[in-house]
Amino acid sequence: MIQPISISFEQLNVLTILPMIVTIFGALTILTIDLITDKLHKSFYVMMTIMFLMIDLAVVLTYSNDTRGFFDLMLVDGISLLAQAIILVGSALFVLLALSQSRFHEYRYPEYFALFLFMVAGFQFMVSSDSLILIFVGIETSSMAIYTIIAMHNRSKSIEAAIKYFTLGALATAFFAFGSMVLYGVSGTVELGKMAEVFVSSGFANYPYILIGTVFIVAALGFKLTLVPFHIWAPDVYEGSSAALAGFISIVPKIAGFVVALRFFEIFILVENTFVYYLLYFIIVATMTVPNMIALVQTDIKRMLAYSSISHAGFALVAVLVGTTRATEGLFLYWILFLFTNLGAFAILWVHRRKKDKKFGDGHPFEKFAGLVKTSPITASIMGLFMLSLAGVPPFSLFWGKMYLIGATISADELVLAIIMALNSAIAVYYYLKLIVFMFLKDKVEDTNIVVMGNANTTLKSVIGISAIITTVSVLFIDPLLEFIGYYVGISGF
Amino acid sequence: MEYILTIIIFFPALAAVMGFVVDKNSIRAYGILVVVVEFLISVYMWYLFDNSDAGIQFAEFIPIVSQYGISYNIGIDGISLFLVLMTTFMTMIAVIGLTEKKDIKNLILTVLFLEMTMIGVFVALDAILFYLFWELSLVPMLYIVGAWGGKLRIYASVKFFLYTFTGSLLMLVGMLYLAYVYFQFTGNWSFNLMDWDMLIVPYHLQLWLFVAFFAGFAIKVPMVPFHTWLPYAHGQAPTIGSTILAAVLLKMGTYGFVRFSLPLFPDASVAFMIPMAILALIAIIYTAMVAYAQEDIKQVVAYSSVSHMGVIILGIFAINTEGIGGALFLMISHGVVSGALFMLVGVLYDKRGTKMMSEFGGLAKTMPIFAVIFGVMLMASVGLPLTIGFVGEFLSLLGFFVVSPTITIIAGLTIVLGAVYMLVLYKKTFFGPITNPINEKLQDIKGRELFALAPLVMIVIFLGVYPKPILEPVNNTVKQLVQKMYIKASEPTTKSKIAKYNTIGEKIQ
Repeated sequence: MIQPISISFEQLNVLTILPMIVTIFGALTILTIDLITDKLHKSFYVMMTIMFLMIDLAVVLTYSNDTRGFFDLMLVDGISLLAQAIILVGSALFVLLALSQSRFHEYRYPEYFALFLFMVAGFQFMVSSDSLILIFVGIETSSMAIYTIIAMHNRSKSIEAAIKYFTLGALATAFFAFGSMVLYGVSGTVELGKMAEVFVSSGFANYPYILIGTVFIVAALGFKLTLVPFHIWAPDVYEGSSAALAGFISIVPKIAGFVVALRFFEIFILVENTFVYYLLYFIIVATMTVPNMIALVQTDIKRMLAYSSISHAGFALVAVLVGTTRATEGLFLYWILFLFTNLGAFAILWVHRRKKDKKFGDGHPFEKFAGLVKTSPITASIMGLFMLSLAGVPPFSLFWGKMYLIGATISADELVLAIIMALNSAIAVYYYLKLIVFMFLKDKVEDTNIVVMGNANTTLKSVIGISAIITTVSVLFIDPLLEFIGYYVGISGF
Repeated sequence: MEYILTIIIFFPALAAVMGFVVDKNSIRAYGILVVVVEFLISVYMWYLFDNSDAGIQFAEFIPIVSQYGISYNIGIDGISLFLVLMTTFMTMIAVIGLTEKKDIKNLILTVLFLEMTMIGVFVALDAILFYLFWELSLVPMLYIVGAWGGKLRIYASVKFFLYTFTGSLLMLVGMLYLAYVYFQFTGNWSFNLMDWDMLIVPYHLQLWLFVAFFAGFAIKVPMVPFHTWLPYAHGQAPTIGSTILAAVLLKMGTYGFVRFSLPLFPDASVAFMIPMAILALIAIIYTAMVAYAQEDIKQVVAYSSVSHMGVIILGIFAINTEGIGGALFLMISHGVVSGALFMLVGVLYDKRGTKMMSEFGGLAKTMPIFAVIFGVMLMASVGLPLTIGFVGEFLSLLGFFVVSPTITIIAGLTIVLGAVYMLVLYKKTFFGPITNPINEKLQDIKGRELFALAPLVMIVIFLGVYPKPILEPVNNTVKQLVQKMYIKASEPTTKSKIAKYNTIGEKIQ
């Protein structure tokens, strides 16, 4: 007879899942309200969502050190808190973009916002665990929600994008499950921390199996982080999603992925495993360079930004390879600054979206912005600002991220990698300049009827304004931000 | 006036922001007012400047990213003082002489932003701050060339941006690496030049770091073979763009060599002396020949710029007081002279809509005053004694003569070659009969144009006759610089070489 398991409530340390409880509770509340009445405007749901996200943020910021719970299934450490904070702030800004001037299909359904909160909860689980099983569950929760959210945009391209994403996402999930299984088979545990101990103490016995498991996990993470050569789905998905959602996908899911990558690769980076090192090295260089090249020839701004975000992901992933505290700090600094800049850039595309545009349709070709400085100098200047920031021109925000990360790479004696990073920034500047050239130096395309900021209202303008201000004055708060990041990274020991 | 440098840096930018409110019909007056005030403030700073002090003056220090040792650290010494003065002066002249009609408001505000970045480059004493202004200066220039330029303007502006940006990124890697070296030696992060000056970098690292900084500076100068962006940028830029580009932006590169490469990597600088001199020599002779073959007056001036920048490099890498001091003087004089020449070409272009030599001829008859001013500037550019161009060129060559008489003699050809292409240009444009009837109706310059050009002529002659006001403070600081290099040199051969090359004036102790 099996012994009855008795667990006291205290042992669980429920506090560790409090942040996720807030989002899940919020999602359920929205669903319940929807059951009672269907007369509420989308602005109500937007504000509800933001309210829950803000409460959640407050909860996250109350933690001050590593906490474990649910028998070590949950691990709320510094990088988890930091990632959760980024996820919540990014999500809140994204939800605000739903208050667009034109009415879009997806926002008519309150379920959209419920799904959104479930997705956020999924990401939070993903970053707050070092158990492969719980990470798996987190990835699945968030991915399922995001497939649906993309499809809800209700354009033929969106459905195509959602199905593509779903198919490849399912494959990635299978890879993850299979990889976890192999690793469990070798080490007898699904916890990454313990797995590392087992590997080290056994001197990496059954090395081929470890590598097979690792390769599967790398492939799965590659899909989620759009690493080359697993990136092919990304531009199509970005193109099919609304500009706002594309901005979201390029930022928030990736920070969750980065945390998982940090936890997973730490096992191998710490013992200086050459195979994983070179595998990662190759992937990172390819991820920085290949999308950069492809972005050069894009004719649609959204696709260009999609490829550029992939390249930025590769850039940030250098931190995982380098593996020093400084690099990890650089990763988070980079991604926080990238969040505001990239979201701002996509938001500007979003406010130029028209429902029935005969000439340009749903797309955002470069010609659409030609001569923008004549019709709307402020919009053009702000967009130019975001482009310069993405290109890494000082003193705009992303320069500091780039500088810090390149500096960290150099400090780890990875000079070649640092030069590759610098050269990639130089290549990237060309396609960002291309948009600036169209906006500032070219004349307007004849017989087009572009309503500047047609989809904007005060809320959207505020989001763009906040992003622009943060991008411009970043030099003033880099120091406190680094201190903040340094504290959280420090307590988690990365 | 503790914060005078901060005022000088940010006053134009602040004025530009406020200028958004000013109506576009009044913006020209507003712009002129701002640049004149800016120039007066910089002259006041010169008045406050202590000529006998060779060190940094008006220093300011505010940490920006304290954990990484980045700070707002500015100051000025004999090397940068006159570059700042030249910047504010040439910007003033360029804005006064501005004849552009299209989108004048955007243009003037952009020039004001550009002025901020240029001054920032010359007074920054923190590597990252330097890099920040250095890169930021590309953006207004991109807009000026790209929006107001000629037919190929977009190609020219993007080429300019990409070229310089790529070089600077390698320089950034070099800076970050040097900071890391500093960290390894001292346990602290710092990008402060004063701190870096204390550091003796190992020899093999010096060589690599020198190359990294070279990538940034050489493209900006531009040195052959990285000069291909310049003819396009000059050819397509509007007059004000070419004036500022030639007068100030090119000097950033040579200034970088003096401020960073020489004191930080003394051994590498001495080791690279001859290679640098050969590159400079190629620039001097090759571009002089190319200049001779040009049909377009503006291209002649553009290529002559590259040629003169070669002489500046030669002077800097003589590593002695005469050479470096002469090179710094030549930077100032070339700024004034080439800026003036571009403005003069701009005047012709405004009147006729073309810059081709073949379209002109006999202009001396219809435009006597213009011909005189052009002649004076041309002579200064050639390096005629008693003009501003002679002093710097002579001193630079004199400095390098100690190092290598052969190279110096070949480089001395620059004066001959320069005279050839410049005088041919002058002959084709101003002398002979008037072949094109349109030229008979041309009016001589007057009013605004004369008002902008007259001070330049006065400076060219005054400083040609009496260069001491500039040479004295420059030499003070340069002497200290050479001494610092001597002390910091880690290889004995470097020490002996520096001592050997400094035999013309006083011996280094």
